[in-house]
Amino acid sequence: MFTVAALAVIAALVLVVVRVLRGPTLFDRVLAANSVGTLAIIFLAVLGFLNGRPEWLDIALVYGVLNIIGTIAILKFFRHGDLAHDAGEDDA
Amino acid sequence: MILIDVASWLLILAGCFFILTGAFGMLRLPDLYTRMHSASLIETLGAGLLFAGLMLQAGFTQATIKLFFILLLFFLTGPVITHALAQAALEFGIKPKLTEDRRGRLDDDGKAPASDNDGRPS
Amino acid sequence: MRLISFGTILFLFWLALSGYFKPFLLIGGIVCTLFVLYAARRMKLIDSESYPAHLFPAASTYWPWLLWEIVKAGWSVTKAVLRPKLDISPTMTRVVATQATPECIATYGNSITLTPGTITTRVDGNILTVHALERGGAIDLEEGGMDARVTQFERGR
Repeated sequence: MFTVAALAVIAALVLVVVRVLRGPTLFDRVLAANSVGTLAIIFLAVLGFLNGRPEWLDIALVYGVLNIIGTIAILKFFRHGDLAHDAGEDDA
Repeated sequence: MILIDVASWLLILAGCFFILTGAFGMLRLPDLYTRMHSASLIETLGAGLLFAGLMLQAGFTQATIKLFFILLLFFLTGPVITHALAQAALEFGIKPKLTEDRRGRLDDDGKAPASDNDGRPS
Repeated sequence: MRLISFGTILFLFWLALSGYFKPFLLIGGIVCTLFVLYAARRMKLIDSESYPAHLFPAASTYWPWLLWEIVKAGWSVTKAVLRPKLDISPTMTRVVATQATPECIATYGNSITLTPGTITTRVDGNILTVHALERGGAIDLEEGGMDARVTQFERGR
């Protein structure tokens, strides 16, 4: 049953990667890349159960945190051209 | 426990179904904003049901706690990312394809405007 | 008070993720907890907005309701995606959030985004701009059922 789940996640990954490649805008790619990250986390969790090694869940957890930071960093960079941008500076 | 096995397999299958639907929708739907809805389907229903099935398989162990935390991470940060993405795209100037634009129903103070431009086509 | 409960939660989180109860690791956990508390206090992160302890009891009834909303909305998005003839009706609208505090407006906005089929795209004060996959989803939000539920959540029920 875990094999079926793993195959389904791989199929979904292929579909989403096609969206990453097709674009057309930057934001489509960022959205799809974020989904790739999400699916990778799910895939890691399922693989951990498939191999009977729940320790993989720790990797999935760390990957989840990195996924958020990465997506927000990309968005912030392309919006302000600067990772250290402070929204409060504009008003002051 | 055959009952728990059946329940968890049903949950895992349902989760797989929603994950595949979400991924399929990301290819099929026409523009960025509609694709976001499809992506949030993967994060909420797909991951939620799949992980619920995995939790039932794991029983009351540390794996269940970790799965719960991953799920919590999805549910608390997913909306933040989607919102940041939508806002950034709107400010960048990407126009959503709409069949109906009802933004005119309220002005910036939250009052209905005097002139009736409700439901103007875009 | 807030600091103590936050520290307890952090330490329980450490215990749940590590699963070992050796003295060395326990002391390491306590040191890390204290350091995070010190850093968070220095950054003035622990206030009623970022750590809304007064909302935790109400959240126990709010989350199940929200999960059921997610299932219902997710099913309608699934139907929209899988329908052989694609007839979605993307709609943008503005709704008013009647909550008083910023954290509850954020709760409302995030709840809208979390339910598949609706996304909060902008927040100006208490006006939320929402993109909905189908017209029905936008109309539901305008009628304000979810808004009323979040306001009820803010009052602690």
